[in-house]
Amino acid sequence: MRMKVQLSVNGRNIEGEFEPRTLLVDLLRDELRLTGTHVGCDTSQCGACVVHVNGRSVKSCTILVAQTQGSQVQTIEGLADGEKLHPLQAAFKEEHGLQCGFCTPGMIMSSVDLLNRNPDPSEKEIRDWLEGNLCRCTGYHNIVKAVQTAAKNMRN
Amino acid sequence: MYKFNYQRPNSVEDALALYKTSDDPKFVAGGMTLLPTMKLRLAQPSDLIDLSCVADLSGITETDDTITIGAGVRHADVAASKEVDRRIPALSNLAESIGDPQVRNRGTIGGSIANNDPAADYPAGVLGLNATVVTDRREIMADDFFTDMFETALLPDEVVVSVRFPVPKRAAYVKFPNPASRYAIVGVMVAECDSGIRVAVTGAGPCVYRFTEMEEALNKEFSPQVTGEIACEPDGLNEDIHASAEYRAHLVGVMVRRAVAAAN
Repeated sequence: MRMKVQLSVNGRNIEGEFEPRTLLVDLLRDELRLTGTHVGCDTSQCGACVVHVNGRSVKSCTILVAQTQGSQVQTIEGLADGEKLHPLQAAFKEEHGLQCGFCTPGMIMSSVDLLNRNPDPSEKEIRDWLEGNLCRCTGYHNIVKAVQTAAKNMRN
Repeated sequence: MYKFNYQRPNSVEDALALYKTSDDPKFVAGGMTLLPTMKLRLAQPSDLIDLSCVADLSGITETDDTITIGAGVRHADVAASKEVDRRIPALSNLAESIGDPQVRNRGTIGGSIANNDPAADYPAGVLGLNATVVTDRREIMADDFFTDMFETALLPDEVVVSVRFPVPKRAAYVKFPNPASRYAIVGVMVAECDSGIRVAVTGAGPCVYRFTEMEEALNKEFSPQVTGEIACEPDGLNEDIHASAEYRAHLVGVMVRRAVAAAN
């Protein structure tokens, strides 16, 4: 039985009929072709699939489209203002906060949620917050630096 | 995932009615355990009944001597609640220590205790703080609620509405987390309640339990030194790739001592 769902993705109204077992990440990647959101582990551990639902970061591999009925979803594609990168995107570039880049969209979406709640996090708070995002390249140091730089730029 | 039907009722009555008319339904709240279980095809409900829009399960309320948390309140909201932090900071810390921020943004207290994972944090909070689980039809004391591994006193169609915590004189929750999952390898809630000291241990055994010998000793003298005099036996404790039963037994002693020090 397919069911009607309406939600907004990066400000665009999406209405459609979905099988209840459709995951949010499958809608984003397969139907809307928003492939910036990645699937790493598919078991809600790695954080590559983090997007925002109603302003909160969630793992889009572990939420059904049906559960997002009426929600506002934001993905990495909805972060930049035209050509102008979001301060976190700019800081990840500046501080070399990525190597292969696979974890980066999730890292950035998770960090946006952190800085929305806590504009001036300590290094420990950043590391604790990124508990649910795994990076296999950088050793995290430059990721933490990037979040610190973005926080500073966003406060100024 | 296998196919299923999805329903999102707005009231407990509607949820119960849907439960009755479905073949093999399951309630879902945050879905942080159920959805991964279904993705692994270890669960195959015919119908998911989503409780996230049931207004009666939301909100945190306080009286002079209690804090009541709606079953649908997410871990992040318990952690961020000023009322909880002011009245029962140990519970606030417990909520903040669950999983990762994205899990805390979805997972709920009702879902956690109904699932009763042997390594989950909330069961230790509910049992240690002597809370009462309020369902759609009755009230269940924490001592009667957690019955066995992934088993509770809930009937299949029973919905947790809220959890009522008496405000303790003092309490602390300390855990030794699995570094990957943040589930408790051992987690301990120590609380001084009206009835005396309570010590609840999660992660160590098949189900959360009270460490009664330790409670008796701490009732005589509430100090970290006392905890070293009580032996923690490994018999019946969990054993897996993360920790042997002996190591878990050792950790129980260490976590109790740290929790007593933190509560003092």
